[in-house]
Amino acid sequence: MNIKGADILIKALLKEKVDTIFGYPGGSVLPVFDALYEAPIKFILTRHEQAAAHAADGYARATGKTGVCMATSGPGATNLVTGLATAYMDSVPMVAITGQVKTHLIGNDAFQEADVTGITRPITKHNYLVKDIKELAIIIKEAFHIASTGRPGPVLIDLPVDITIQETEYRYPESVDIRSYKPTYHGHKGQIKRAAKAIGEAERPIIYAGGGIIISEASSELTKLARNVNIPVTTTLLGLGGFPETDGLSLGMLGMHGTAYANHAMMESDLIIAVGARFDDRVTGKIELFAPKAKIIHIDIDPSAISKNVKVDIPIVGDAGNTLRDLNGYIKKKPDTREWLKKIESWKKKSPLTYKRDDKLRPQYVIEELYGATKGEAIVCTEVGQHQMWAAQYYKYTRPRTFISSGGLGTMGYGFPAAIGAQIARPDALVVDIAGDGSIQMNIQEMITAVCNKLPIKIIILNNGYLGMVRQWQELFYKRRYSCTCLDHGPDFVKLAESYGAAGMCVRKKSEVRPAIEEALKIKNTVVMDFRVEREENVYPMVPAGEAINRMIGGMA
Amino acid sequence: MKKHTISVLVENKFGVLARIAGLFSARGFNIDSLAVAETEDPTISRMTIVLRADDRLLEQVKKQLNKLIDVIKVQDFTRQESIGREIVMVRLAVPEKDRAGLMKAIEPLKAEIIDAGPETVTIQKLGDSDEIDELFNTVRPYDIKEIVRSGAVAIAKEGGQKGK
Repeated sequence: MNIKGADILIKALLKEKVDTIFGYPGGSVLPVFDALYEAPIKFILTRHEQAAAHAADGYARATGKTGVCMATSGPGATNLVTGLATAYMDSVPMVAITGQVKTHLIGNDAFQEADVTGITRPITKHNYLVKDIKELAIIIKEAFHIASTGRPGPVLIDLPVDITIQETEYRYPESVDIRSYKPTYHGHKGQIKRAAKAIGEAERPIIYAGGGIIISEASSELTKLARNVNIPVTTTLLGLGGFPETDGLSLGMLGMHGTAYANHAMMESDLIIAVGARFDDRVTGKIELFAPKAKIIHIDIDPSAISKNVKVDIPIVGDAGNTLRDLNGYIKKKPDTREWLKKIESWKKKSPLTYKRDDKLRPQYVIEELYGATKGEAIVCTEVGQHQMWAAQYYKYTRPRTFISSGGLGTMGYGFPAAIGAQIARPDALVVDIAGDGSIQMNIQEMITAVCNKLPIKIIILNNGYLGMVRQWQELFYKRRYSCTCLDHGPDFVKLAESYGAAGMCVRKKSEVRPAIEEALKIKNTVVMDFRVEREENVYPMVPAGEAINRMIGGMA
Repeated sequence: MKKHTISVLVENKFGVLARIAGLFSARGFNIDSLAVAETEDPTISRMTIVLRADDRLLEQVKKQLNKLIDVIKVQDFTRQESIGREIVMVRLAVPEKDRAGLMKAIEPLKAEIIDAGPETVTIQKLGDSDEIDELFNTVRPYDIKEIVRSGAVAIAKEGGQKGK
């Protein structure tokens, strides 16, 4: 039986178990939207395509499923670029479908035409331009396979409008086999045994866990291993929640704004067990000075991440969960870490995360009270900046997929649409977006998306009237020359919220913080909370650019 | 930084060349030459890339290439016995009276004259990279008007693996 390309697309998406698409229509996708009109797929209309991409991303991070977003050709597709790059940098499984002009008009500077496959090539794991309707079904199957396997990433399918109205026989392939793409899921047994031996012989070992733990659903294997061998665990920004921060072995986050004790432990360690992390520059500081005393075991599913930045002694290519399970099985001798853990305890006591506790309304206090009021059970999305760092520091994450933040690209405006995606994915969860007054304005138009879809997201604006993180650098390194970082506290967020049909609150006193949060949690609507915090508060500790990570400002000397 | 030759088997699909070129430019790898064409299997193309890199960078290049969905196999001819070839055409401005001297100079190189006019002579040489270097050394004293190089291609020697 012959059916239209648009119907093939819908049938294929249903075969891939897609239940939600985030997007925005346009000329080149009219036939697709017509096919969607009665399809059993929930379509969330955002108000900017960038938000659709971020929402698909948040949906994916909250569930592990592949997020799907859709836009029209030309400007619709180019509006997805930031969202695709964000997902690419953080290895998020996503399929983006963009309309394209008719096949015979491609390359002709047609109306709403853009070379989308060219533009998105460096920021997608792979992309396709469908040139023949007979390839459509296999392309979709391949796209979902590539997006969700190995090291996940966004895949874009550029779909010319004429193909969506042509007809062909629909046959969805049972399986897909890409000869040039075969990820390695099981680590080499010999290497894993070497790693187990190295662990047994170590005196000051540390586990450095990243986003790969969350992607691989390896949190329980990691926790089992760490407790079995009594080795402390530090996580990257994207690894938060991979190991319970309430556990005694947790060192919290490491790196540029990590805890002093995590950074010192890395620098003093004699064995670093890196899992699902990539030795990013925010973590290593000056790479020539990084971890001078440590042998490094590096477990990652992406071979190109291993030995990219640091010399690795025991590389293991494989899925984090599988490898940690095997590793745990091969441990014969356990290291004696008692002295090491005592030393770390003394560092924890000497340099805990701290801020000035007085009557002023400080941003860290808001996060602490949020943690208390939500009992640590919220899904915390963040924008990018100082508030993001405080959200990473002062909220204790104990479960995977509860911290959703743009790490690699650092995209302001990510958090709110990601929160929309997360809330749609997990309707019964409490979802909050922690934002700054700068970031929240970047996708503020999505207020209507949240309200129309009845999403009771709590938006917590740490409003200091500045582009905070940039201002901090200008204070510390540019003699307080606050060039273009003064944001005048934004609009009246309460009136703005109300104009969208949401609830709004403004909090100016420390004593009002907890009661306001508790009240907001009871409101069954989107709530915008404008916390007027101390203007020139800085994120500490801080590893200045180009320094070793144990040379922190505001940390231990 | 050493010169390396890598041979990449890729899916013969639209956009693959752009993807690989994009990878190299994005990561700042410097290509000396790039030659690409179909193989005995029409669904597979081969790209032969000559680049300058130290060992660590070369490892990254190979890993990043392997990561691409359309890349089937990456062969590094640094560690493998291989036969390399390039074809070069050089146009020299040589007055008729000096042509005998030129012919004598290039005769031991087994280069051919493929074009001759009142002002210029064009010679062609097919050889490995040492022979090509020798050709350029030989013609350097002459007035070189144009050089056209194909870029190197290579094929593994049967059963050849340089001692590791």
